[in-house]
Amino acid sequence: MSRKILIKNDHIPGINTLEVYQKYGGYEGLKKALGMAPDAIVEEVKKSGLRGRGGAGFPTGMKWSFLAKPEGVPRYLVCNADESEPGTFKDRYLMERIPHLLIEGMIASSFALGARTSYIYIRGEYFYILRILEKAIDEAYAAGLLGENILGSGFDHDCYVQIGAGAYICGEETALLESLEGKRGNPRLKPPFPAVKGLWDCPTVVNNVETIAAVVPIIEMGGDAYAGIGIGKSTGTKLISASGHINKPGVYEIELGVPVEEFIYSDEYCGGIRNGKDLKAVVAGGSSVPILPKHLILKTATGEPRLMSYESLGDGGFATGTMLGSGGFIVMDEDTSIVRNLYTFARFYHHESCGQCSPCREGTGWMERIIQKILAGKGTLADIDLLWDVQSKIEGKTICPLGEAAAWPVAAAIRHFRHEFEEYVTRPEGIREVRHYYRVNRLETV
Amino acid sequence: MPLVTIDDFQIEVPEGTTILNAARMIGGDLVPPAMCYYSSLKGSGGYCRTCLVKVEQGSAKDPRPMPKLVPSCRTTVMDGMVVRNETSPEVIEARAGVTEFLLINHPLDCPVCDQAGECKLQDLGYEHGKLDTRSEFRRRTFEPIDIGDKIKLHMNRCILCYRCVKVCEQITDGRVHGVIGRGDHAEISTYIEQAIDNDFSGNVIDVCPVGALTDRTFRFKSRVWYTKPVEAHRHCEKCCGKVRLWYKGEEILRVTARKDEFDEVAKLENGEAGWICNECRFEKKHTNDWVIDEITHVDRHSVISANHYESDEGERFEEKQLETAALPHGDKVTLGEGALNPNNI
Repeated sequence: MSRKILIKNDHIPGINTLEVYQKYGGYEGLKKALGMAPDAIVEEVKKSGLRGRGGAGFPTGMKWSFLAKPEGVPRYLVCNADESEPGTFKDRYLMERIPHLLIEGMIASSFALGARTSYIYIRGEYFYILRILEKAIDEAYAAGLLGENILGSGFDHDCYVQIGAGAYICGEETALLESLEGKRGNPRLKPPFPAVKGLWDCPTVVNNVETIAAVVPIIEMGGDAYAGIGIGKSTGTKLISASGHINKPGVYEIELGVPVEEFIYSDEYCGGIRNGKDLKAVVAGGSSVPILPKHLILKTATGEPRLMSYESLGDGGFATGTMLGSGGFIVMDEDTSIVRNLYTFARFYHHESCGQCSPCREGTGWMERIIQKILAGKGTLADIDLLWDVQSKIEGKTICPLGEAAAWPVAAAIRHFRHEFEEYVTRPEGIREVRHYYRVNRLETV
Repeated sequence: MPLVTIDDFQIEVPEGTTILNAARMIGGDLVPPAMCYYSSLKGSGGYCRTCLVKVEQGSAKDPRPMPKLVPSCRTTVMDGMVVRNETSPEVIEARAGVTEFLLINHPLDCPVCDQAGECKLQDLGYEHGKLDTRSEFRRRTFEPIDIGDKIKLHMNRCILCYRCVKVCEQITDGRVHGVIGRGDHAEISTYIEQAIDNDFSGNVIDVCPVGALTDRTFRFKSRVWYTKPVEAHRHCEKCCGKVRLWYKGEEILRVTARKDEFDEVAKLENGEAGWICNECRFEKKHTNDWVIDEITHVDRHSVISANHYESDEGERFEEKQLETAALPHGDKVTLGEGALNPNNI
C-alpha cells in the first residue's frame, strides 16, 4: 500500500534545483494557493485533518485557527527544522532532497496565515542543509517566488533560514523562539501560547518541516481528497525514519494505517529483521515514546493488529500502547539489551536538559547514573524501584515536554522489561555470559 | 473580582492575581513555598517547581480540572477556581520529589554556610523533605569564586532559581551576569569571569534563597542567630536608604535590605521594592551612620528569634537567667553566645 505524496520525486536527479522541481509540477500548489482566499486555505487544511508531524500530533488547521490576528501587529510562521530526536531523520531527508517543497509550503502557509516574514530554524548539526536551503531560497528570490509581489498576486514574503547551535531543547517551540530571538534557548512558560505571544511577542505559528511540506499537496488535491488517504483521524501520509536492526533502514513514506507487521517485514519497507533474527522491541516514534515489546507492537492488548496510525499506536494508553510521535521507528532484534539502550537514551536526555526547572535538571542526571550503576552490575533491586520513582517525580512536573520525554522511555523499559533489569542486578557475575552484554560506554559487543 | 478557593479557604482577589499571591493574601500554612518566584522581579518564577498546586476546578465557566499540577506563582486565578495545596496528597508527593531533586546536588554544608538560619532551602527541606537521601552519587562541584570584591559565589549551593539573573537584568545596567552551560552542569556566571561592578549588585545577595551568593564583608563573622536585627535608615542619594542592620554586641556585622514576611525585599510606601545600594550595604557599618527606627520583628518560628530580646523565647530566657544568676530585677541582661537554643530553656 505504498503511497508517495511528499517524496514521490525524490529519485529524480537535480530535483533540488528550481528548474527540475518546476518541471515536475513544483510551485503549482503555490500558484493555486495565491489564487485562493487565505481563510479558504486554512479551511482546506482543517478539512484535510492534517496533524502536526513533529511529534505531538496536534491538528494543524486548529493550530492555525488559534492564531491571534490583532491589527497592526505582524504575524510570523516559523518552521521547526530542529530535528534532533534520536531515531528521527525524515526532515533531513526531505530538506536535503527536495528543499523547494518546504519553501513552497512556507510561502503558501504564510499566505494563508498572513505572515509577511517566515523563518526556518534549522538544527546546528545540519549546517550542510543550511547551504542547500539557502541556495534554494536564492533561486526562489531570483524567480520571483519570494520577495515583493509574488507571482503578481500582491503578496510580499521573505523567508530566512536561521541555524541553531546544536541543542535538542530548541526543538521545543518556545525554546526555539527564544533561540531565534538570540537568547538562551530556555522554554517559556505556557500560557501564553505562541499563537498569541510568540516570536518578539507577536502571534506565531510553529510547524514541523513535514507538516509545512504537506500543505502543498493539500492545496493541490484539496482537503477532502487528502482526508481520504489514511485511516480514521490519522489522515494522509507520514514519513517514517526506520532504523535499527532491519535489512533496509531509511526514510519511508507510508499511508497512515499500514500494519506495523507489514511495515517491519515487507520488502517494500524495512525488509525484515537483519540476519534472520527475531524481533524483540520497537520504539515506534522517536526516543521519547515508550518502547514496546514484540507481542504488543504487532498486536494491541485486545488482539487487534497494530497499525501505523496515531490512534492504533496509542491504543491501550501507556500501559500497553505507545505513540506515533515524530516517526522515528527504531527496531531492536533479540540480541539487544534494553538496559543498555535505555542508558543511551537517558544519557542523551541528561545531556540535553536545559537546566531551567529542577525536576528535569536534577532528575535526568540521577536516572542516568542509576542506570549506569545497574548496567555495571552494581545495582540492587531497590535501584529499579528508585528509578521508577524518580521518573514518576519528573513526569508532568516540568515546564516543557522534555521532562516527559526523559521519563517515558524509562517508565516503559521498566514496565515491559523489568526482568532484564533484574537480571543485571541479580546475576552481575553472569552479565559477561549474557549474549546481550555490551561494555559500558563502548558500543561494540564483547 | 475572581473568587478563588484554596484548601477550602475562599478569597476574592483582583483580576490577574496569581494563585501564589492569592494564597499569600490568605496566609498561614496554605501558602506554597517559593524558591524562585520573587514578587518584585518581573518574569521570575516557574523554574523551581516547589509551588506546584493542583487545580481541581479551572473556573466557574469551565469546571474541568487542569490535567497537570501547575506552578502557582505563574498561574493566574479564574473566577470559581478551586485549588488544592496542602490538602492534596499528589501535591505533597510532588513537592517532596522536587525537594529531593534540589538536594541531590546541594552540598549540605550548612555548618559552614553563612546562609544557614535564613536559608529557604533549609526551610523547604525541613518542611517537605524526606529523612534520608536516596542519592549515593558524587555531587556536582565547583570552586567558589569571587564576583567582585564584595560578593562570593558558591556555585555548589546554587539551585539555579535565576533570581540573581533577573536582578542583574532589571536593576543593574548592562548584561553582566547570567547562566552558562546547560542541564545540571549549568552555572551562574559573570560575563567571561568579569567582576560585577555596579552600585546595586549587592542585591543579588538578598535575593539568593540559598548561600550561593554571600556577602564577603560578613563571611564567617557570625551565625545569623547570634546577631540582632534592627531597622534603620539614612539619607542616601542612590537608594531608599532603608535597611536592616545586623548587630553583634556594638558592632554592625552586615547590612541588608528590609525583608517582608515572605523573605522578599520589602516594598516601600510607593509600592516599589526597597533595593539598597552597595555603599549602604558594604561601607556604612558604624552605628553613627544610621538612624535606628525600630527593633525588627522576627517571626518566633525563625531560628533568628532565639537571640531576639523581643521574642517570647528571649524573654523566657531572660527570666531564667535572672532567676539563676540572681541579678537585681530590672537590670539589662546581655545574652551570651551559645546558650541560645530555645530547646535548652
